[in-house]
Amino acid sequence: MSTAATTRSQTRIVGAPVPRKEGIDKLVGRAQYVDDLTREGMFYGATVRSTIPRGLIRSIAFDPHIAWCDFTIVTAKDIPGKNHIQLIVADQPCLAETQVNHCDEPILLLAHPDKHKLLAAVAAVHIEYDPLPAVFSIEESESQKEIILGEDNLIKSFLLEKGDVDSAWARAAHIVEGEYRTGPQEHLYIENNGMIAEWSAEDGITVWGSLQCPYYVHKTLRAVFDLPDEKVRVIQTETGGAFGGKEDYPSVLASHAGLLAMKSGHAVKMVYDRMEDLAATTKRHPSRIRHRTALDADGKLLAMEIDLATDGGAYSTLSATVLSRATLHACGPYVCPNIRLRSRAWATNHVPYGAFRGFGAPQAIFAMERHMDAIAAALHIDPPIDPVELRRRNFLHQGDRNATDQLMREPVILDQLLDRALAESDYHAKRARYARENLASPVKRGMGIAAFYHGSGFTGSGELYLNSLAGVDVTPDEKVRVLVSNTEFGQGTNTILTQIAAEALGLEFSDVTMVPPDTAHIPNSGPTVASRTGMVVGRIIERACLQLLALLRESAGLQEKSTREQFFAACRRFRAAHGKVESLCYYEAPPGIHWDDATYHGEAYGAYAWAVYVAQVAVDTVTYSAEVEDFWAVQEVGRVLHPVLATGQIEGGVAQAIGYALYEKVVLENGRMANNQMTNYIMPTAEDVPPIHVVFEEIPFRYGGYGAKGIGELPHDGPAPAILNAIRDATGVPFNAIPLLPEDLFATLAAREHPENLWEPVAS
Amino acid sequence: MSTRWDSIRFTVNGQPRTVHAPPMKRLLDVLREDLHLTGTKEGCGEGECGSCSVRMNGELVNSCLVPVLQAEGAQIQTVEGLAPDLDSGGALHPLQEAFLHCGGAQCGICTPGMLMAAAQLIERHPHPSQAEIREGLAGNLCRCTGFARIFASVVAAATHAAPEQEPDAR
Ligand code: FES
Ligand code: FES
Repeated sequence: MSTAATTRSQTRIVGAPVPRKEGIDKLVGRAQYVDDLTREGMFYGATVRSTIPRGLIRSIAFDPHIAWCDFTIVTAKDIPGKNHIQLIVADQPCLAETQVNHCDEPILLLAHPDKHKLLAAVAAVHIEYDPLPAVFSIEESESQKEIILGEDNLIKSFLLEKGDVDSAWARAAHIVEGEYRTGPQEHLYIENNGMIAEWSAEDGITVWGSLQCPYYVHKTLRAVFDLPDEKVRVIQTETGGAFGGKEDYPSVLASHAGLLAMKSGHAVKMVYDRMEDLAATTKRHPSRIRHRTALDADGKLLAMEIDLATDGGAYSTLSATVLSRATLHACGPYVCPNIRLRSRAWATNHVPYGAFRGFGAPQAIFAMERHMDAIAAALHIDPPIDPVELRRRNFLHQGDRNATDQLMREPVILDQLLDRALAESDYHAKRARYARENLASPVKRGMGIAAFYHGSGFTGSGELYLNSLAGVDVTPDEKVRVLVSNTEFGQGTNTILTQIAAEALGLEFSDVTMVPPDTAHIPNSGPTVASRTGMVVGRIIERACLQLLALLRESAGLQEKSTREQFFAACRRFRAAHGKVESLCYYEAPPGIHWDDATYHGEAYGAYAWAVYVAQVAVDTVTYSAEVEDFWAVQEVGRVLHPVLATGQIEGGVAQAIGYALYEKVVLENGRMANNQMTNYIMPTAEDVPPIHVVFEEIPFRYGGYGAKGIGELPHDGPAPAILNAIRDATGVPFNAIPLLPEDLFATLAAREHPENLWEPVAS
Repeated sequence: MSTRWDSIRFTVNGQPRTVHAPPMKRLLDVLREDLHLTGTKEGCGEGECGSCSVRMNGELVNSCLVPVLQAEGAQIQTVEGLAPDLDSGGALHPLQEAFLHCGGAQCGICTPGMLMAAAQLIERHPHPSQAEIREGLAGNLCRCTGFARIFASVVAAATHAAPEQEPDAR
C-alpha cells in the first residue's frame, strides 16, 4: 500500500462500511455517558423552577422542615459574571432574578450530597409571584396587546424580495392560497440532559457533559463566571442522542452545575429526569405559514407571497438563525421569478424553542410541499396536472437561480431523483389502483410526494465567520489523531472523520483515533450542527492531511509513493527536528460565495442536498388512524462517506419525522408542557415505523470532505408533507396542520357529511 | 424511601452478589450504583423506554420498575454479561457483532437495553419473523436509528447471514 495512492474518487476506506469507531464500547456497556461518571466527594444538584408563565418574583421562602444548612443554595446573586446565556442575543438569564417569563424557568439551585434529599427540598422552596399577563400564541404576540419582549415582541424578521410580486397577480392564470401549521416537537433523545462541574480557584471551572458544541458552552461559562479562556474547560462525555436539543441547552445546565460547584466546593452532578427534561428544555419551533401563489396557464410559478411566522418562546436564544433557515427553505427547490417572503419570529411565554434537526427547514418545507399539492388540486388545466407534473414543471436545474438568486452551479438532478422515487415506489400504478379500491373500502390508501433541498453548513457568510480550525497530529506511539471540536452523538462524526484522515494519509482505519472533545486540547472547528461535519469539517481534515504529507515530503524525506512504515518513519524524523508533528487548517470557502445579509441575496449555502420522498399511507375510516405503510427516500447528498451510517441517518430522520407528522403532540396548558412523560408524549416504536427504502444518487461535491455534502438534517424535511399529501390522496381531504392525530382525523373526516365545513384551496 | 436496609442476594452475569440496600431501591440503581454496572441505562424511569432492560430469571424486565427485594435469589443478566470474556480476548456476542456491522447502534444509549431485548427475542424465536422482531423490540425505544438497522442486526445475528442482509417487508 502506498501513501495517498488513492484518487479522490477511488478510495479504500471512504465509502466502505467500516465498523463504527466507538461501536464496541457502546455495545459492551463500556461507553461512559455523563450519568455513568462520578467524582470524588460529588454532590447532586437540582433546580427550583417557576410555576407561572410570567410574573414578578415577590418572595422566596424556605420551608423550616428542611435542614437547609446541609444544602448549597445558589441564586442569581451568586453569579460572579454576567447573568446571561451567551447565544445570539444575551437576553436569557442563567437564573431569573426579578421576573420570570416562562413556566419551568430556573430561579434557584440546590445541591446536596444525597440526591434523594433534593426532591423534597425543591418542593419546600416557596416562591410567590405577582403574575403578569402572558402570551401563548403567534397571534397574541403579533397583536402586540401585551408586550413581553423588547418593544414589539419581535425576536427577528427577514424580508426576502425578488422580481416584482405586485404586478404578477394581474397576469396570473391561477392564484392559490393556503395556510399551514406545525406544532412543537420534542427531540426525545433517550439520554436526558446532564452535566458534572468542578471548580477550583486555580483551575477555574471544568464541566463534563452531554452536549453538541463544546465551544458554545465554553463561551457562556466564560461570561457567567467572568473567567479567561484558559480557566474554562468543557469536556464532552459520550452523548446519548442530541438532534439539536443539546446545541443550546447545555450552556444553561453547565452554568447551573458550575455555580453549585463553585459555591459548595464540591463537584456537582446535575442529570435531569425525563419529566424535567421534557418540561424545561427546548423543542422545535411551532410555525404558521401562509402562501399565496400565482401560476401561469401552464402551471408554472409566477409569483409567491409567503408570510412565515414562528413562536420563538420567551427568549431569543437561536430563534433568529432558525428563522433564517426557514426563510431560505420556504420557496422549495423551484424556479419562481417573483417572490416576497416576510418571516418573523415572535416571542411568547413558552419555554424558549431551540435547535432541532432541520432547524426551521422542516416547518417551511411542510408548508411549501403541502401547498404544491394544494395547487395541483386547485388547478383546472387541460390536460390535468398532477402533483408530480406540477413539481416537474417548476424544478430548479443547473444554471437556474433560486429564491435568493443563487446560481445553481453544481449539477441538480431533481428530475432523476423524482423518476427514481416514482419507479421505486410504483407511485403511478399504486395511485390508480388505490383510487379504484378506496371506493369500496373503509381503509383508504394514498401516495404522497415531497421534493426539497437542504442547505449544508452555516448560512451565507456564517462559515467564514466561524473560521473553523481543525487538523491532525501524529503521536510518538504512531497514532494519527484527529483534532476537532465536532462531537459524536450517534450520527457518525468519529467514524467519518477517521475514514477521511486514514484515506488521505494512505493509512489504515485503525491507525487513526479521535482526540476526545475537550476544549483544553482541541481547536475550535465550529459547532456540530447544520449538517456541516462531513462536508465542511471533513474537507478541512482532508486538506490538513494533504498538507501534512506535503510537509513530510518537503522536510522529512517522505517519498511520493510510500508505505505506512515509511510514513511513520518520516514522522519520527520530523518530530526529532521540530518537536511535534501537527497539521492544522482553517476553513476555506468554495469560490463564488457572496452573501448579503441586508437584502438576503446571494449564495445562501455552499451546497445543497436534494431529495424526493414518497409516502404510502392507509387511513382507516373506522378507527381514524393513519398509518405509513411504506416509505421511499431518494436523495443526492454528494459522496456517501459510509453507506451503513448514511442509511442509518436517513432511516432515523424519516422515523423521527413520521413522529412529527402523526404521533408527537406537545400539549401546552398555561404555557407548560402538560404531557411531559414518555407515557403520553408518544414517539413511533418498532411496531410503527414502516419499511424505509433508502436510495442515494451520488454526485461528489468538490468542496466537501471527499465529496460529501450535508446529510443529517435532510431526512427530517420531507416525510411530514409527503405523508399529509398521501392522506389527501387517500381521503380527498386536505389536512394542513401537524401533528395530525386520530382525533384530528376524526373531527374532519366525520364532518364529511357536512362538506361545507371543509376547507379546500380555491383557484380563481 | 424506607430507612430499613436489607441484605439481598442474587446472581449477576453468573457471579453471586450480595448488596446491602433499602428493599425498595430500584434494581436499576443497585446495578449502576452498588455494583458499578453502568451499562444499563435510565431513559425514563417509568417503564416506557426499555433502556434499563435486563434479563431476570429468563424474563425481560425494566429494571427501573423492579424493587431490588424482588430480585432476591434471581439470576440477572445485563449487557456486561453478553460478552463476559471480552477482556481476556474473547469474542463479542453474535448480537453485538451484528449490531456493530449492521449499524444497529448510533448514539448507543438504547443499545444495552435493545441488546437484552434482542437476546430474549432470539432465545424465544431463533429465527424470528419481521413481525416477531417488531413485537419483541416494541418495548425498547430508539430515537436514532428508526429501528431498521436494528431489525437488520437481529436478522443477521439470528441467521449468521451476510451483515448487509436487508429486512424484508413486515
Ligand atoms: S428507564 Fe426503565 S423503561 Fe425507561
Ligand atoms: S441508538 Fe440512539 S437511541 Fe438508539
